[in-house]
Amino acid sequence: MKLDAKIPSGPIQEKWDRHRFELKLVNPANKRKYSVIVVGSGLAGGSAAATLGELGYHVDCFCYQDSARRAHSIAAQGGINAAKNYQNDGDSIWRLFYDTVKGGDFRAREANVYRLAQISNAIIDQCVAQGVPFGREYGGLLDNRSFGGAQVSRTFYARGQTGQQLLLGCYQALARQVNTGQVKMHVREEMLDLVLVNGRAVGIVTRNMVTGEIRKWVADAVVLATGGYSNAYYLSTNAKGCNTTAVWRAYKKGAVFANPCYTQIHPTGIPQHGEYQSKLTLMSESLRNDGRVWVPKEVGDKRAPGDIPEGERDYYLERIYPSFGNLAPRDVSSRAAKRMCDEGRGVGPGGRGVYLDFEDAIHRVGIDTVRARYGNLFHMYEKITGEDPYKVPMRIYPAPHYTMGGLWVDYNLMSTIPGLFVIGEANFSDHGANRLGASALMQGLADGYFVIPYTMGDFLAQNGPSGVSLDDPAFAETENEVRARIDRLLNIGGDRTPDNLHIELGKVMWDYCGMSRTKEGLEGALEKIPQIRQEFWENLKVVGNNESLNQTLEKAGRLADFMELSELMCRDALAREESCGGHFREEHQTEDGEAKRNDEDFSHVSVWEFKGEDQAPEMHKEALTFENCKPSIRSYK
Amino acid sequence: MELTLHVWRQDGPDSPGRMEIYKADDVSSDMSFLEMLDVVNERLLEEGKEPIAFDHDCREGICGTCSLMINGVAHGPEEGTTVCQLHMRKFKDGDSIYIEPWRARAFPILRDLVVDRGAFDRIIEAGGYVSVATGNAPDANTIPVNRDESEMAMDAAACIGCGACVASCPNGSAMLFVAAKVAHLGHLPQGQPERQKRVLAMVEQMDKEGFGYCTNHYECEAVCPKEIPRKFIAEMNRDYLKAGMAAE
Ligand SMILES: Cc1cc2nc3c(=O)[nH]c(=O)nc-3n(C[C@H](O)[C@H](O)[C@H](O)COP(=O)(O)OP(=O)(O)OC[C@H]3O[C@@H](n4cnc5c(N)ncnc54)[C@H](O)[C@@H]3O)c2cc1C
Ligand code: FES
Repeated sequence: MKLDAKIPSGPIQEKWDRHRFELKLVNPANKRKYSVIVVGSGLAGGSAAATLGELGYHVDCFCYQDSARRAHSIAAQGGINAAKNYQNDGDSIWRLFYDTVKGGDFRAREANVYRLAQISNAIIDQCVAQGVPFGREYGGLLDNRSFGGAQVSRTFYARGQTGQQLLLGCYQALARQVNTGQVKMHVREEMLDLVLVNGRAVGIVTRNMVTGEIRKWVADAVVLATGGYSNAYYLSTNAKGCNTTAVWRAYKKGAVFANPCYTQIHPTGIPQHGEYQSKLTLMSESLRNDGRVWVPKEVGDKRAPGDIPEGERDYYLERIYPSFGNLAPRDVSSRAAKRMCDEGRGVGPGGRGVYLDFEDAIHRVGIDTVRARYGNLFHMYEKITGEDPYKVPMRIYPAPHYTMGGLWVDYNLMSTIPGLFVIGEANFSDHGANRLGASALMQGLADGYFVIPYTMGDFLAQNGPSGVSLDDPAFAETENEVRARIDRLLNIGGDRTPDNLHIELGKVMWDYCGMSRTKEGLEGALEKIPQIRQEFWENLKVVGNNESLNQTLEKAGRLADFMELSELMCRDALAREESCGGHFREEHQTEDGEAKRNDEDFSHVSVWEFKGEDQAPEMHKEALTFENCKPSIRSYK
Repeated sequence: MELTLHVWRQDGPDSPGRMEIYKADDVSSDMSFLEMLDVVNERLLEEGKEPIAFDHDCREGICGTCSLMINGVAHGPEEGTTVCQLHMRKFKDGDSIYIEPWRARAFPILRDLVVDRGAFDRIIEAGGYVSVATGNAPDANTIPVNRDESEMAMDAAACIGCGACVASCPNGSAMLFVAAKVAHLGHLPQGQPERQKRVLAMVEQMDKEGFGYCTNHYECEAVCPKEIPRKFIAEMNRDYLKAGMAAE
């Protein structure tokens, strides 16, 4: 397989402009002859569907929630980056580009990242025009905050609800298109497979989650914007319904999967509190602007935090990484927290936690300012833990949060299946081995508002209508496969519930393919996962039928795909004999425990191709070249 | 703790419903309400019975999916809290808890505790937006926005569209939901050009969907998990009157 990233030639600053000029256009009158399916209504899918609708394409947009407005983008708290340099603190497109490439530990494609930084400013303009109520200064202009991995303030925010406000902006744009009839929104409609004719993506098969009806949809192109796969770990900061089904089905139909092992474990989750726990809640990274992270200096110090004097506290991020301090990037901060806990200095139940303390900030700026900045997060923390963070420091622990890996796409965001585009968290494109905070919202909206509208036009102009109808036998065939899979899930008749099996899988993933990984552990996981998968197919219990709202069946279907994806994640982690970004192989570390990259052998994207049910997938490589950011040792010290 | 749950079960949109009783023992006070239901559901499933269907997704109080009436109160006893953020420490050992779906003419029940809130989407589709196509926007700092106005817009925009306001209103009115969107855009300069058109279109759609009228009970404000204030309803009434007169 030849992977052609289709990166335009020329200097990096000119690539996107030149490319846009070279892309073919569909003339306005012809756009209405084309139809596009967009799966997902989050920031990526919602913005794509709205914009494609505005341009005149017929769009069918799908989500599994009961409203497009509830996509998991809504949960993003902290903010969105842009290179506006409104703070006059030295920011620029170039700096955002450089920070993102470095933050990704030199494992992302330069050209994509540069484009992202370029587009970032237009995103803020668009959102403000839609009525997104970003935080403002008294003079009426936009305010910024700082986020990890950057030394400038470039993050725009709407209290602790940035994702919600951006998504509402995008949902409103989508609603406007629904009103004009350009977009049809299909809620509670879950994509279960992709349909190809002559190798081109021409449609999908869905299950209506209320009636169980299996439905087929045909179009000239398909866009997947279905989010990330952190729920492979069972416990993560993602919503309960987040799943890998759409991308996994596409993978099994021939779209290659890039860097599945690149997962982000976020440093500031609320620690797990019991076996029954159903998800992890994130405390926004923005808290690290004012919160100081510490653990007791002494191993096993069980005193209450207030009883531990200043001199007996170890503000370890400030100590180890003085130039970034509490704003060290996520991968670095998470691993540091794990090291502290492994040393026996963790706090809270089981010693799996570190303090995030606001006492100094309250003294410095006053409790009212702290409340204004983070009130809703403090409130949420108190509800969950029953503790008041204005009085006692928060306890936090790393939590699976984001997946940098995803379906491989070229510069046009098209996968290896012609006509299948992948945007937002579902693709692998921009964040390399570690994503910086406030960059996912930026990427989702860049892809949807400003990239796909151009590149989709080029694809349609070059390839014309698919000419396929629902009568094509490929649709019936795919529908039969979908029905067969559902019947199989319903008829196993075993005695283990989907959650019970998912917890078992999640534990293996967390232990062996989580914050730190070893050859031995991964090999063990690669033996265990097929056993759990076999147990799933032999001993799963689902009650009820397909023809009604059946949440157990939904869970089982999603879990079946996680069972397969997890194995690929481990395989990829095993093959990558280096540490980079969120991927930490214990065998590859510096003397002081930092990640040790191996540029000689691993400066590439690992791209996996499905070869058949009982076959090992084949790995391909897309070499990464760095002409503008010299790979350096990523130091935040 | 040990609890007795009385739960509304209904097989489908057209089936009759009934209350069923379940015991929940071994409930930890650190559990969230939905985690308590998860445990009950796991047990039902193990017994070969169909678990209780309920809507939820983010479990962080932001997506607006969860929607339960608990002892007659939308989202349960804790103020300013969605049911996914409600924790069992708010209950006592031995409590009986009544769990029902949102009940309103405009929110038909789909199954058990799951309802159809599509009417809310249709209200937004009728006009709850600024008509600005992608690429049309001027630089974000071109128009300074008074900070207090912008904060007010944010107070309104915090609405998560869960529908608790409708469920708790004796008239099944959606006024707080609609007013929040009208106020969000109405307090920003970007929302001005379509301000009048917007309020008329949204209110018209609200009426079409079968939501009731507001007769000033303010139950909506009392249960709103985002504590959206009722003053937005008064603002909307003013906007609506003005717009109506202008239209005549
Ligand atoms: C708690 C939290 C906080 C975060 N905070 C920040 C932040 O401050 N800044 C930042 O930049 N990033 C943040 N992120 C990351 C960021 O929010 C996400 O990466 C981003 O929003 C993903 O957007 P998306 O459009 O790709 O996917 P999503 O928003 O997840 O949308 C996925 C869509 O696909 C649909 N879908 C999925 N599967 C199917 C299927 N099989 N059939 C039909 N539809 C399907 C869903 O219904 C949904 O509409 C945060 C993430 C989390 C979890
Ligand atoms: S589940 Fe999202 S608000 Fe409750």
